[in-house]
Amino acid sequence: MKLHEPNVNTKRRQVELVCPAGSLPALKAAVDNGANVVYMGFRDGTNARNFPGLNFDGGEATTGIGYARDRGVRVLLAINTYPGPGQWDKWCAAVDQAADLGVDAVILADAGLMRYAARTHPQLRLHLSVQGSATNHEAISFYIRQFDIKRVVLPRVLSLSQVRNIIKRVDAEVEVFGFGSLCVMVEGRCVLSSYVTGDSPNTCGVCSPAKAVRWEESAAGRKSRLNGVLIDVYGPQEPAGYPTLCKGRFEVDGNVYYALEEPTSLNVLDILPELVNAGVAAIKIEGRQRSPAYVAQVTRVMRSALDACERDPSGFAPKAEWVAQLDKVAEGRCHTLGAYHRPWQ
Amino acid sequence: MKLSVGPLLYLWQRETVFEFYERLCRSQVDVVYLGEVVCAKRRQLALSDWLEIGDRLAGAGKQVVLSTLALPEAESELSAMRRIAENGRFTVEANDMGAVNMLAGKVRFVIGPHVNVYNAETLNLLAEAGAKRFVLPVELGAEVLTALQGQRPEGMETEVFAFGRLPLAFSARCFTARAHNVPKDACEFVCGEYPAGLLLHTREREPFLTLNGVQVQSARTQNLIAELDTLGALDVNVIRLSPQSEGMDEIIETFRMALDGRLPIPQASESLLRLVADGCCDGYWHQQPGMNWRAGA
Repeated sequence: MKLHEPNVNTKRRQVELVCPAGSLPALKAAVDNGANVVYMGFRDGTNARNFPGLNFDGGEATTGIGYARDRGVRVLLAINTYPGPGQWDKWCAAVDQAADLGVDAVILADAGLMRYAARTHPQLRLHLSVQGSATNHEAISFYIRQFDIKRVVLPRVLSLSQVRNIIKRVDAEVEVFGFGSLCVMVEGRCVLSSYVTGDSPNTCGVCSPAKAVRWEESAAGRKSRLNGVLIDVYGPQEPAGYPTLCKGRFEVDGNVYYALEEPTSLNVLDILPELVNAGVAAIKIEGRQRSPAYVAQVTRVMRSALDACERDPSGFAPKAEWVAQLDKVAEGRCHTLGAYHRPWQ
Repeated sequence: MKLSVGPLLYLWQRETVFEFYERLCRSQVDVVYLGEVVCAKRRQLALSDWLEIGDRLAGAGKQVVLSTLALPEAESELSAMRRIAENGRFTVEANDMGAVNMLAGKVRFVIGPHVNVYNAETLNLLAEAGAKRFVLPVELGAEVLTALQGQRPEGMETEVFAFGRLPLAFSARCFTARAHNVPKDACEFVCGEYPAGLLLHTREREPFLTLNGVQVQSARTQNLIAELDTLGALDVNVIRLSPQSEGMDEIIETFRMALDGRLPIPQASESLLRLVADGCCDGYWHQQPGMNWRAGA
């Protein structure tokens, strides 16, 4: 096993802003607006944003990596779905291709694939994906011991104090989500999507896939269905959202409400100094499936906020204009601190 | 094939839990999983209670396994998990990689359904760490299992979740507390009011999901009784029945008789349909949406 860099060195660096690149224009938008790092995936089921029209083939990846590198921005590549036995070779080939492209790290979820990467490409830096579902320092230590991972992306189910505790205890960098659509369930261990549609983030890199969505106009209002299951009904004046199945309205004990979670975005601006002081290595923006305009807007705001916070953590307060700009592009046009904040739980 | 009863996923009253396992001592199951998998706040039974129940079951000839929490986050939860890992008496079922890390290289253990084993390479490395049995993740079906069984490490046993409401997701949020409009920190164990979980319907009154604290389950009951021959042919070693509050004795007996060839499958299937509250499903086994029923027909 390789020696790790001591904690103090890895955790006192400037916090990196890690931005989504679902396409070449989105990558450029992230780079041009202040990303330190961008993350991308190949155009297939090897990554957890396997949506039509998104992601990179080999040529585009080379162009994207070149564009980022020339501007001092690093590139990560996510291969973070779980290959079944019939898919194994293809997933290994994706790891090989990532190594050949010279990406700065691969973001992996499957333990078997991590071992393949560690053995075949010992120089390739490994990050544990949020889909790896490691929610405590013992789980993270397993991946460090076995595969020498250098960074872990934490699931969006931890409170701020739990994040702090993990940073103190693990010998790897910690990356947390800062903005974007919020998974209410622990990533990597939610199969709600395949229960309804057959496809899940783990197996197919999709959640509530568009091919299973049907819209229906009725006297009761506009209905959204996922493989026939009614996810929500919208009144005439109500804005309709994408029917992600954990964000629909259902009936429990005679009450109709968002029984699992409202359509809302995670936004950590309110606790940015706490996250920085806790020693997070990186803050990640979710949204490889979103437009270049979204990426530009969110990256710009988060860059300003992070810079302000690094300059003066104790005097930091989120500017109203930042919050307004982020809410404009947020799912449901509103935001939450999610699990970082105990009352949400 | 052996018959197992999975860990109790609901919060039942203490006496009910003792009575349930007392009956299991006299039942025809081979393996019993014990302990709290869903919520760390549920402590109406201490580890010492579970060990006592384990001793009684072991005395009755059952193989006893202690299951760990699926989503351990706090330090106190890890300490509780460490006490289970180091119990020294019973095998442990690891339900996250943290538990695997505590057990690896020390004792032989079982990989629970909440650890992601999707391919032979992952299974192999867990076998090297000490796993002797694994439970197939619920979203995987016969096709993946067939391939996995072909590449199974020497001595590895396979268990399949064959009956029960499917565990579909976990969160930091408590959905039962949310339904009662109380914060998780002041939940007063409202999930205890729902020994079968709290049913969630679509707005068309279709039973859809079951809320069980921080866990979301299917409303339908996974039922693989019709697949016993296939499971046997695939050399599956253990089939798991997940505890439900009503009719568990009959469910166990039905599976036992079907396994022993004393009850024809169509009749066994009929009996089970009468013992589930909101219908059955078997889609995952047939590479379809998990909620589908009679997907192989």
